Amino acid sequence: MLYNVDEKGYYGQFGGAYIPEMLYPNVEELRQQYLKIMAEPDFKAEFDQLLKDYVGRPSPLYFAKRLSEKYNTKIYLKREDLNHTGAHKINNTIGQILVAKKLGKKRIIAETGAGQHGVATATVCALMGLECIVYMGEIDIARQAPNVARMKMLGATVRPALSGSRTLKDATNEAIRDWINNPVDTHYIIGSAIGPHPYPDMVTRFQSVISEEIKWQLKEKEGRENPDYVVACIGGGSNAAGTFYHFLHEPEVGIIAVEAAGKGIHSGHSAATSKLGKVGIIHGCKTLLMQTPDGQITEPYSISAGLDYPGVGPMHAHLAETGRAEFFSVTDDDAMQAGLELCKLEGIIPAIESSHALAVLNDKKFKPEDVVVICLSGRGDKDLNNYIEYFKI
Amino acid sequence: MNRIEQKLQEDKKILSIYFSAGYPNLNDTVQIIQDLEKNGVDLIEIGLPFSDPLADGPTIQASSTAALHNGMTTQILFDQLKDIRKTVSIPLIIMGYFNPMLQYGVEAFCAKCAEIGIDGLIIPDLPVDVYAEEYKATFDKYGLINIFLITPQTSDERIRFIDSVSSGFIYMVSSASVTGSQAGFGNVQENYFKRIADLNLKNPQIVGFGINNAETFNQATQYAKGAIIGSAFIKHLSEEGSGKIADFVKAIR
Repeated sequence: MLYNVDEKGYYGQFGGAYIPEMLYPNVEELRQQYLKIMAEPDFKAEFDQLLKDYVGRPSPLYFAKRLSEKYNTKIYLKREDLNHTGAHKINNTIGQILVAKKLGKKRIIAETGAGQHGVATATVCALMGLECIVYMGEIDIARQAPNVARMKMLGATVRPALSGSRTLKDATNEAIRDWINNPVDTHYIIGSAIGPHPYPDMVTRFQSVISEEIKWQLKEKEGRENPDYVVACIGGGSNAAGTFYHFLHEPEVGIIAVEAAGKGIHSGHSAATSKLGKVGIIHGCKTLLMQTPDGQITEPYSISAGLDYPGVGPMHAHLAETGRAEFFSVTDDDAMQAGLELCKLEGIIPAIESSHALAVLNDKKFKPEDVVVICLSGRGDKDLNNYIEYFKI
Repeated sequence: MNRIEQKLQEDKKILSIYFSAGYPNLNDTVQIIQDLEKNGVDLIEIGLPFSDPLADGPTIQASSTAALHNGMTTQILFDQLKDIRKTVSIPLIIMGYFNPMLQYGVEAFCAKCAEIGIDGLIIPDLPVDVYAEEYKATFDKYGLINIFLITPQTSDERIRFIDSVSSGFIYMVSSASVTGSQAGFGNVQENYFKRIADLNLKNPQIVGFGINNAETFNQATQYAKGAIIGSAFIKHLSEEGSGKIADFVKAIR
């Protein structure tokens, strides 16, 4: 079984490029160019150098001693939270801004939910001196004020998405509409492993530095490249895609994806796409999608703004369907407790997204000799208000 | 012969009107279609509302959202249209995004269209290559024409490919934009219209996007067989309700 994208842009039945003709020239140009560009020596050199000197890679693979003792297994944390801008998102935006430059694009657009991808995009645009427009749902703008301020300080224009539910899904629609209106000079930096082919594969490849590093870091620490399990949270699925990538075809490595169950899978306030989704089309790709029986896309919910997306990347839909990955759904409450536990045991305040991945330690019993690598995708600074409110700190 | 092809053989410029089914009121659909035909419209595009219409500007997004709030569904639309051919004879096209059709079942959707007397479909987010490979046989089986879009950025080579798999007409998007976002045509559009006319395609072209009055209708149809009005008609419905359709159509030609 192959878990990578095939030459037509599909992962099993999922993926493809279901786009209006207006987007065809741009998406087709990208499809024809992205692998060539990524293979060019000067591209690789600049990408690697920026990841090292600007992002601060490699990110540490940290043996979490007290957490391991509590759960009686060997837990390593992949510290994406220590990257510049505070999350894994920057790995992808560095890669895509270099692709955009190679394609001669002058103007960058992006969508953002909580603002992490928006900040990471605004950052690389400042770095490269390119115009940056970030679409963000009106509701998210109101509840993520610090990230809006960050983007503005970095020189980006933040445009509110006023349509639909005025959150991430609608910000993505607005970014796509902008691209339709500006087909020549603009590159759209999608932040997750979603969208029309080649986006899911391109984003996955840029994020795959996470699992590439895990391999040699684990070799140094444990004498073997492959852990028994890799664990990551999933909204659209970019940190998960990067964490899983180099282990997809290593059958001895268990792959665990953790979705947001919100207030409970069947509460009507959830983002557990693998449980609630059906095959459908969102933002240019065929994937598992939360929708009404009539095919209208429904609004997901999670306490974590980075996980409340109604779809999931097509690679992950394929991993779920084939059973290659085990999917867990973690509620708001369990995630918040897991986040607080990491603070107390390891002195690390995680992003609420990453807290979902940590919460799986309560749901799955690992063996004492198991090596479990959990991707700590981001830090919790941006979530401080949520933590304060939730725990009445 | 399909009603679309028949209509396009007439020696006249085609006026096509788009509206969102279920807007302004859930049960306005049939009345709007009948009034449009009565006032001389040649072809109607019935919009199947979708929650995330990513090729549409604010006007159609709003009418689509309102129609969904009014309770419109695929099944309700089919129920509303079940007797439409008793009163309406001009070609009818359903225009909608692919996901609702996928959930209804593409074959079941096509069968229902054929049963009602729908002549064609426009599905902006179903790419031509996927259509040709996976769905064309089904559309053909039910005698449905699938209409494809071209834009100013579409290469001549791709336009010829789209022409080769098309029947009925080609939907020529006037400029790089979502629906409803432009007023008036300049040199850029004129050059594009001429370029396409000079390709001598086998299918006639009907221009859409940015047509909102007699002037833009005349400009567009100087080089093309017809033109489509969507957002401007929906604005009219929003402002005047569904009772003054005659005024709108008469102002166009």
